[in-house]
Amino acid sequence: MFPELNNLLNITPDKVEQGKLTLLCDAKTDGSFLVHHFLSFFLKAKCKVCFVALVQSFSHYNIVGQKLGVSLTTAWERGQLVFLEALKTSLDIFFQTPAGPHPLQFLREASARNLQPLYAFVQEALKPEDGGEATWRHPVLLVDDLSVLLSLGVRAVAVLDFIHYCRATVCTELKGNLVALVHDSGDAADEENDLLVSGLSHQSHLILRAEGLATGFCKDVHGQLKVLWRRPSQAAAQRDRSLTYQYKIQDKTVSFFAKGLSPAVL
Amino acid sequence: MPRPVHWSRRGRDAIRARLSGRGQQSEMLESLLAFGGLVLLRDSIEWEGRDFLKALIKQSALCGEQIHVLGCEISEEEFREGFDSNINSRVVYHDLFRDPLNWSKNEAFPRGPLEALRAMCRPTDLRPVTIALDSLSWLLLHFPCSTVCQTLHALCRQGDSSPVERVNVLGLLHEELHAAGPLGALSSLAQIEVTLDGTMGRTSAHILYRKPRHRPAHQVDPTAHLTFNLRLSKKERETRDSLTLPFQFSSEKQQALLCSEPSQASSHIFYEPDAYDDLDPEDPDDDLDI
Repeated sequence: MFPELNNLLNITPDKVEQGKLTLLCDAKTDGSFLVHHFLSFFLKAKCKVCFVALVQSFSHYNIVGQKLGVSLTTAWERGQLVFLEALKTSLDIFFQTPAGPHPLQFLREASARNLQPLYAFVQEALKPEDGGEATWRHPVLLVDDLSVLLSLGVRAVAVLDFIHYCRATVCTELKGNLVALVHDSGDAADEENDLLVSGLSHQSHLILRAEGLATGFCKDVHGQLKVLWRRPSQAAAQRDRSLTYQYKIQDKTVSFFAKGLSPAVL
Repeated sequence: MPRPVHWSRRGRDAIRARLSGRGQQSEMLESLLAFGGLVLLRDSIEWEGRDFLKALIKQSALCGEQIHVLGCEISEEEFREGFDSNINSRVVYHDLFRDPLNWSKNEAFPRGPLEALRAMCRPTDLRPVTIALDSLSWLLLHFPCSTVCQTLHALCRQGDSSPVERVNVLGLLHEELHAAGPLGALSSLAQIEVTLDGTMGRTSAHILYRKPRHRPAHQVDPTAHLTFNLRLSKKERETRDSLTLPFQFSSEKQQALLCSEPSQASSHIFYEPDAYDDLDPEDPDDDLDI
């Protein structure tokens, strides 16, 4: 996890607001550093994490996680992490008919109407342990990423419904958190993606939007991060609703600074 | 003519403070609920409309109405946050959040959400009813636009036929999720349209009241009640119709012009040359060969 990002968002592994949906959005840049941040953050916070990884392999996240101080292998062995590696699991679907319902069943159906099997997988993975005290703190669902589902033939409304059900179960019922990444192409021609991003934004409590700089690529400033807080609860004090910072990604950390105040230019 | 009213607020606490007493804000909210019909509440990602919807619900409850909420987007617990027990007792929450598509096979809404919505406007008592839709966007994403519009129209018209005084329908709509077509259709159905916007951290609400169309019961006579006489008697009308206009070319005019040819000798030019004039008797056009 990146300590500077924690400071920006005013969270620590010990003090996390529960029951929130955080939307990670990237436009003209790669926002996956935010996924790595939240993965390591919630593992360090001793939460039970269900990670639906649709775009990268387990070893990819493991290598980056080790740089950030968490071992995914250890977490998986302990039962803290439930990892759906879609790249590997999809082979089961493509080359043989699965015995029972499979979370990635939509890959096999000609017109995937809904993502209910995937929701059932999440529900099963995060259901509270029977009897005795819970080993882990509140459950967390992490999805990387949702835009790829559109490319796989799922309608935007079906993805919105899937997140709705996950939110109802994980956030409201189990008082956990949900973090999901979408790509915002900014292209007016892609209506399904726009609908997905807008629909998710309306459901979110916190939106982190990583954008490339309008002027192009730069060695010292990799992009801009816009933070928008929504749906304040009764208890939350009046605070800044939105912040904008620029950032530079380094080997093991990300540094944030106010716009125009990169250390390279000061 | 649309009459925009700017109402700005600073944070949630401000709404509560202003509504707890008498004030301009509660008058404004009352005026939104006075007409009946559909009140369309358009919000966006940055400027949320749920607080405004809850403020309208509170106002309805304070006026003694019963409120039915079709909740699709947030849980009942979260929706009821901020309502005291008095208001909570008047709010009936129809929970479409937990299992809207019946994935758990519990059959909470056996005939679907739209049928549940239609059932809401068959009230058992005669009190005025307010129906709050949180949100209309959810309905539009899951049902065809025409079906939703027909249901809304039926809901709003309920006030005419039933003994209930009036039915208020409050619909929360997320602007970015819909194309211009459905937005336009809902706009035309709405009695009042509230659009939430803001600058510099302050939200403002633009309110558009749609005036009902007036159809005249009888044709108005423009020549009545004047200080001069615009009416024609029968003889005057005949004379007027038979009049020929001066610049109109009729067959009589044509005859008159043709008959006037032979009298050329009646015209003369009298010319007195002075000392500097050079009069040449030769015809300058003589060498032309036409």
